[in-house]
Amino acid sequence: MRSDLTKAPMGLKMAAGAGLLFMHIPLAFIVLYAFTTEEKSYQFPPPGLTTRWFAVAWERQDIWNAVGLSLQVAAIATAIALILGTLAAAALSRANFFGREAISLLLVLPIALPGIITGISLRAAFHLGEIPYSFWTIVLGHATFCIVVVYNNAIARFRRLSPSLVEASMDLGADAFQTFRYVVLPQIGTALLAGGMLAFALSFDEVIVTTFTAGQQQTLPIWMLSELVRPRQRPVTNVVAVLVIAVTILPILAAYYLTREGEATSGSGK
Amino acid sequence: MTAPIPAVRFRGVARHYGSVRAVDGVDLDIAPGEFFAMLGPSGSGKTTCLRLIAGFDQPTAGHIEIFGEAVEGVPAYRRPVNTVFQDYALFPHMSVLENVCYGLMVRGLARNKRETLGRDALDMVKLAGMAGRKPGELSGGQRQRVALARALVVRPKVLLLDEPLGALDLKLREEMQSELKQLQRALGLSFVFVTHDQGEALSMADRVAVFCDGRIMQVGLPEDIYARPSTRFVASFVGSSNVIEAAAVAKWLGKARVASLKAEKISLLGKNEAAPDAAIVVEGAVAQSLYQGPVKRIELVLDDGTRLVAAVPSDATACPEQGARVRASFPRTALHLMEDA
Amino acid sequence: MTAEPLSISEPRDGWLRRASDVLMRRQGLYLLLLLVPPLLWLGIVYLGSLFALLAESFFAIDEFSGVIVREPTLKTYGDLLQPANLDIIIRTVSVAAIVTVLAALLAFPIAYYAARYARGRTKALFYLAVMMPLWSSYLVKVYAWKLLLAKEGAIGWFMERLGAAPLLDAFLAIPTIGGPSLSVSYAGMVLVFLYLWLPFMVLPIQAALERVPASLIEASGDLGATPGQTFRSVILPLAFPGVIAGSIFTFSLTLGDYIVPQIVGPSSLILGQVVYAQQGLAGNMPLAAAFSVVPVVIMAVFLTAAKRMGAFDAL
Repeated sequence: MRSDLTKAPMGLKMAAGAGLLFMHIPLAFIVLYAFTTEEKSYQFPPPGLTTRWFAVAWERQDIWNAVGLSLQVAAIATAIALILGTLAAAALSRANFFGREAISLLLVLPIALPGIITGISLRAAFHLGEIPYSFWTIVLGHATFCIVVVYNNAIARFRRLSPSLVEASMDLGADAFQTFRYVVLPQIGTALLAGGMLAFALSFDEVIVTTFTAGQQQTLPIWMLSELVRPRQRPVTNVVAVLVIAVTILPILAAYYLTREGEATSGSGK
Repeated sequence: MTAPIPAVRFRGVARHYGSVRAVDGVDLDIAPGEFFAMLGPSGSGKTTCLRLIAGFDQPTAGHIEIFGEAVEGVPAYRRPVNTVFQDYALFPHMSVLENVCYGLMVRGLARNKRETLGRDALDMVKLAGMAGRKPGELSGGQRQRVALARALVVRPKVLLLDEPLGALDLKLREEMQSELKQLQRALGLSFVFVTHDQGEALSMADRVAVFCDGRIMQVGLPEDIYARPSTRFVASFVGSSNVIEAAAVAKWLGKARVASLKAEKISLLGKNEAAPDAAIVVEGAVAQSLYQGPVKRIELVLDDGTRLVAAVPSDATACPEQGARVRASFPRTALHLMEDA
Repeated sequence: MTAEPLSISEPRDGWLRRASDVLMRRQGLYLLLLLVPPLLWLGIVYLGSLFALLAESFFAIDEFSGVIVREPTLKTYGDLLQPANLDIIIRTVSVAAIVTVLAALLAFPIAYYAARYARGRTKALFYLAVMMPLWSSYLVKVYAWKLLLAKEGAIGWFMERLGAAPLLDAFLAIPTIGGPSLSVSYAGMVLVFLYLWLPFMVLPIQAALERVPASLIEASGDLGATPGQTFRSVILPLAFPGVIAGSIFTFSLTLGDYIVPQIVGPSSLILGQVVYAQQGLAGNMPLAAAFSVVPVVIMAVFLTAAKRMGAFDAL
């Protein structure tokens, strides 16, 4: 829908611009506050600027532990999600079968229902089953919603895959496994990469479900949460926040470009 | 002398999807080295039959053999059959050469060996310089040639073509028609192709099978299908045939059977012109007269109500206007009795 | 090239090839192999947990011993209906509703501009601009607002420079919405929620607006409607499913959030916080479970209503 003849009214432009600014300015402030010299409060404007908090953050062992745990959980949850999500997408992109709609719904629930529900359900289950909290309980929660993210990316790509490509491959002598390796995988590769990166970023950033499944351990977001509630060195928290922004935005941007490119270059036959 | 083993043999083949009978009892023999056309409207079962030969689908009943070997349960990758798809199905992430060499690669051929064979195949379809390009950079006609090369390089015993020329414009289509024909002659392979375009089928094929509702109505040489259709359906689908009801035929020939009559066999008689011997003469009024280039299409309504369409050369002397009364004649032998009621 | 048979015509017949034969022949088996691993996981881990939650909600805690009695009873649900608890539920739903309405109002101009006037590069830029905050860290965003809203933070400073400090104090003095500081008030909380969920509202509305064919708008003008009338009678109704779709997200996300109220909110509790508190220190898992069922039921009702209004086509 385009309004080719009319230029946008000024009021609309300003409203839209203001809205966009609203969305981005707070992040700019975080970056600013990472350099402030004031340690005890959120004074604005910052009394002075310094980079020493970056060094301080580097020294803090609790931050490193949290980062390590977050990376490990994200890596394993993403790996599990890639396998299970792709399998599910391969199955559901094909012809109709009994129970297909129900399974589709199941694959959307972990993200459709609020995180607190997932979190407390897992907790209830651990409670009933008397399962102790550990690294694996965290992974259990993360992998579940990561599967949904990978599935969504994979199935969108699978649906665009022309069935005649698979038939052509088999026609020329490739069995099911060769076809997957030479024809299907290259076609869905970028979608899997994008889904994996999104899942990684989501897991790295996840806090709500994790607070219910982590027991005593601290992933980076949990560390941040405890700092927010009971601050120690505020600028250090900001430094970590800047780190988190970088780590989560980069894979997401990359995933975005990957899925865009895929659309532009795909095109079999006609 | 024993007949050679047919390239493809269907016996009582059926393919049902629930209550839909896509293929409903088909018997077929395709000879080795034959250019065979499967002609019919969409939904007639011709494409399904092609897929059954290729192995993308399994029959629900009946028996299929390829060069004497039963192919029940044999997956597509084990059959000595290759397909040129309607949408060409070129692998977009591979270059043209890689596409063509794909079948050789999955068979484990060494790289230099398969590239040599691949380039030979590209030469054969006149695409020698395109080896490094990607399918997305090619035109429709070029993609089709790549699909052809890719299918032929692995030396199939039967080549299947699914509406191969549908997406091409007229000029290109005619070019490809003669090229395909030459290729098939040179290679001596059996070609089986599916089309809904009767002109294409008649000009390329050695034999044509006309499909309707999952069954074969008639199989034969193009001239036979054209001039001597055996059923109403074939008569109306192939060429411009008039279908004459039994009552009128009884009057003319004494036999009460439905007959077909080719439009070009009907000539208009001048005012006092005598009809040639052994011709049937009819009288009627001109309902419509359409100029179509080499011929004029003239719709006549005879006195007994029968409608006839005549295809008369445009430079013929008799030039009737709408509503004018005319006399027309056609040879007795032009009436071909058909099998339906 | 002649048609001699290829010297190497059949590929090697390994066990993989034979496995492939079996899978080709039995499509059902193939499907099963694909589906079993993910379904096992989701079924056991996710569905299993949901059932555990439901089960817990039917248990009750023995008030004296603090031990959870594992016998089915409706007592815990009864506890939900106590005025204090009911209050919490109503409060949470109200906040979610307010956030949703405000988000729709704020998102519409952005979505409208992006759908109607942006094209080519500006459009991609807009899309990216909306998506980026969506994907950047949730906690960082909440934290950023805490910085801004704090009494000594940027907003306070800004207000002072503008000479509007008394205005801010007056605002904070309003009962219920206000509080000691923006960062400990309902107003601040709603603001943060707005910030967090705005992209979720913009994207579906933009998608719905883009689906309105330009020819409809031209036809409306052609038939004599003013731009205002066209907007009200043609564009708005067609964009509505997008608004509903966005509302699903904002409502659901607000209902379940307990971190934002904790960091930027007044002391009175919101549903998520109660859930967290009850299952934590209070050890009253059944009550926490019962409380959790409430948003699920609310969302189920919302989703069915939304489906009937055609919101799912806009997703």
